[in-house]
Order: sequence, then structure tokens, then C-alpha cells
Amino acid sequence: MITLVDYHAGNLASVRKAFEHLGCEVAITEDPERVRRARRVVVPGVGHFAATEQLSRAGLRDAVAEAIAQGANFLGICVGMQWMFRDSTEAPGLSGLGVIEGTVERFPAGAKVPHVGWNTLESLGQSRILAGVPSPSFVYYTHSYRAPVVTETVGVTEYGAPFSGVVEKGNLFGVQFHPEKSGTAGLKILENFARLAC
Amino acid sequence: MLTKRIIACLDCHAGRVVKGVQFVNLRDAGDPAELAKLHAENGADEIVLLDITATHEARKTLVDTVRRTARELFVPFTVGGGIRSLDDASAVFDAGCDKITINSAAVADPSIITAIANRFGSQAVVLAIDAKRRRNSAPPDRAGAPDPTPAEVYVSGGRKPTGRDAVEWAKEVESCGAGEIMLTSMDRDGTRVGFDCELTAAIGSVVSIPVIASGGAGSAQHFADVFREGKADAALAASIFHFGIESIGQLKQQLQAAGIPMRWPL
Repeated sequence: MITLVDYHAGNLASVRKAFEHLGCEVAITEDPERVRRARRVVVPGVGHFAATEQLSRAGLRDAVAEAIAQGANFLGICVGMQWMFRDSTEAPGLSGLGVIEGTVERFPAGAKVPHVGWNTLESLGQSRILAGVPSPSFVYYTHSYRAPVVTETVGVTEYGAPFSGVVEKGNLFGVQFHPEKSGTAGLKILENFARLAC
Repeated sequence: MLTKRIIACLDCHAGRVVKGVQFVNLRDAGDPAELAKLHAENGADEIVLLDITATHEARKTLVDTVRRTARELFVPFTVGGGIRSLDDASAVFDAGCDKITINSAAVADPSIITAIANRFGSQAVVLAIDAKRRRNSAPPDRAGAPDPTPAEVYVSGGRKPTGRDAVEWAKEVESCGAGEIMLTSMDRDGTRVGFDCELTAAIGSVVSIPVIASGGAGSAQHFADVFREGKADAALAASIFHFGIESIGQLKQQLQAAGIPMRWPL
């Protein structure tokens, strides 16, 4: 069972559909109690980092943190991945989940923003979430802020400068692109997540 | 490297893909779900489904078509035609599309752009601009700056002129929260003589959001021209892909050989 956290930021139909295509059962919920007990938690997201404030207001931030403490597997997508970091210059003063050190920042001057389209993702070293995904692979991005390359970075993309396409820390995973829209490479990543033991 | 996108467009009428010239002599070109999947497998970076009936009675058919088409499609999927409200947009997003395009409704009330962007994110709002060169427009000055007022915005499927300047309108929709601009040259649409590169470049020079060029595709060279001279981020075509005049794979290989970054091989 994949628990997809609904905090009213964007459209969850595509992510649900991709997991269902892979044969997974998907529950979409905004109930902190269900999230707390979940074993596979997915936080999607689009738009502005400030949207994640709703996770705190709805009690979902604590619920996700508790599920993680209980050993749940976690996947953050797009803003959901950015939320794994300490904070973002897009919404100063607002904290992310903070499971990964670092600050999400706007693309450097000179790069056309937003970064929209298919770009290459290159693997860095061993990764469970990228197992079986060729390097490089094309994945679909749409965003204006990006996470720096950190020790947890396992997939990197270059736009102006290299940034984190995929992060992995124990059972916690984050992808800046949209795996549900990234063809076979994206589906493989979602399948890897769904099949991890937990 | 960020690649240039090739977008396949499906014009739909009553749940079927159709192709005609200026919306007459419609020929049946197949089932939208099957064609979308086929185009994606052949290398389309994105699929756009435009409902050209867009009457009230057809809304339910459209939502069903979107649901069926989205089911097995794992590349970005955009739906447009007759979206007039946040509710209309919500219905097709719920059915599984990733972006919507709006045109007439945004001209009538630009706040709809902001309303949809606030709920679904700017990346989900593609502003369609149907533009026609003004008849007395000066010929483009290739050496200097682009003609400042090259084209007028039309709505209602190209039937109604609005008096708005396309370049000014592009700036406004970006500030309202649109995430991309889909620029269709009405002068070139269906002609297969090439995209309007000057107009595409003029729009691209005033916005930072991506510009999708549409109208006039007839050969690989036309795509190369609009990516280079038109500075387009993406280019869209419909009929040439349906009837096998240009396979998407062949097109991408030719463009790649010409030095344009493509998602190829997939």
C-alpha cells in the first residue's frame, strides 16, 4: 500500500495512476492518523515551497516524521523532495522536514527559469532507488528552485550548474523531477520504491 | 542538457481524433488513447489533446476521453478546448491530465489564470495564444529588433479578433501565473510552410516561461528553424504525425544530427 499525502498542492491523479499501473494499491489521505501508521509514504508537490506550510498546519508534518521514525519508506517528489531539506530561499523562515542538511535555492542568474522539460539524470554511485535505471536517463522536470548537491545526492542533473535530481538517505528518497511523467525511467524508480522492503 | 521538446497534438471531436483544414472536411484519424500511447512510444515528449467541439454536451465525453488517454500515458499530458472555469480545469485534472491550456476564458478574464495556477501550480497552466499577423504589419526586420507589434490575439477558435497585441498579452499572462505559452500562428496553421520564427522569437524575448511554437510544421528543417531562429523551447505538430509524413523518431534523429538537443534515444 502506497500512502499518498494530500495537502491540496496540485494534482495527485498522475502519481496515483502511475503506482496503480505498477500494480500497487494507493490510498490518498489527509488524515494524520493514517499517515502515522503508513509504511510507504509519498509526499508529492508542485508550485511554491510555502505550500508545505499546510503539512504543518494539518498535523501531517509530525505524522510523516513519526512514520519515518517507525521505519516507513518515504518518497518526496518535486516540492516534496525540497521539503526534505532544512529550508528554501523561496519561503524564508519556513522549515522543511530537515532530514537532509542544506538549503533549496533558486537557479543561478543566467539560467532561464523555470527549468521545464526533459533533462539528463546521471547516477552517482550506489543507489537503491535508481537500481536498474540507465545512466544517463532522460527525466521530466518543471521547477524554479533546486536542491544543492549534497552527500545524500545519488542522481545529478545539470542546468546552469549541477543540482540534486535524486537524494537517498536510508529509507528516505527524494526526486526533483516527476517520475510519473518520465517514461520508463520514471516508472522504474516508482517500482523500486514500491518494492523496497519496509 | 535540457532538450528541446517535440509535442504531438491530437485534435478531438466527440471522442475521436480528427484532422481537417480550418476545422472543415474532418477526417477520422483514430482513437485518442491509442494514438497518444503510440506517439509517446515513438518519441513524443509530450501529448496535447485539444477538444475542438468543446460544447457543453461534449464536456462529459471529453472527461471520459481524458481519463482513457491518461491511463497508460507516462509523459506530460495537456488538455485544452473550452476550459472556462476552475471547475472545468479541476474536472480534467481529476481525470489525469497534467496541464490545461486556456485561451478565450483568459482573454475574457485573466484572473482565471491566477485561480488555476494557485490551485494546481503554474506548471499546470499553459496559455494558448492564437495570433495572426496584422495585415499592415511591417515586414520583419531581420537585422534589428523584432517588429514591436507583429500580431493580434484571436479567440473562439480563431474566429474573433481581440485587438490585443500578442507580445503584450504574453507578458501579461506570465505575470498572472501562466507556466508556459503555446503560440499558434494562424497564418501558418495547416500550411506546412514552416513555423513563424520571428513571432515566436518576439514572444520568447519578453517572457522567461517556455514558449511552444505551433502552426506550420511540414519538415524537419522547419523544426530546426524554430528551435534556432525562433528560440522555441518546444514545437508542436498534429497532422504530420498522424498520417506518417514524418515519424517522430526520424524527426528527432535528424534534429539531433543537426546539433539540436533531443530526448533520443528514449
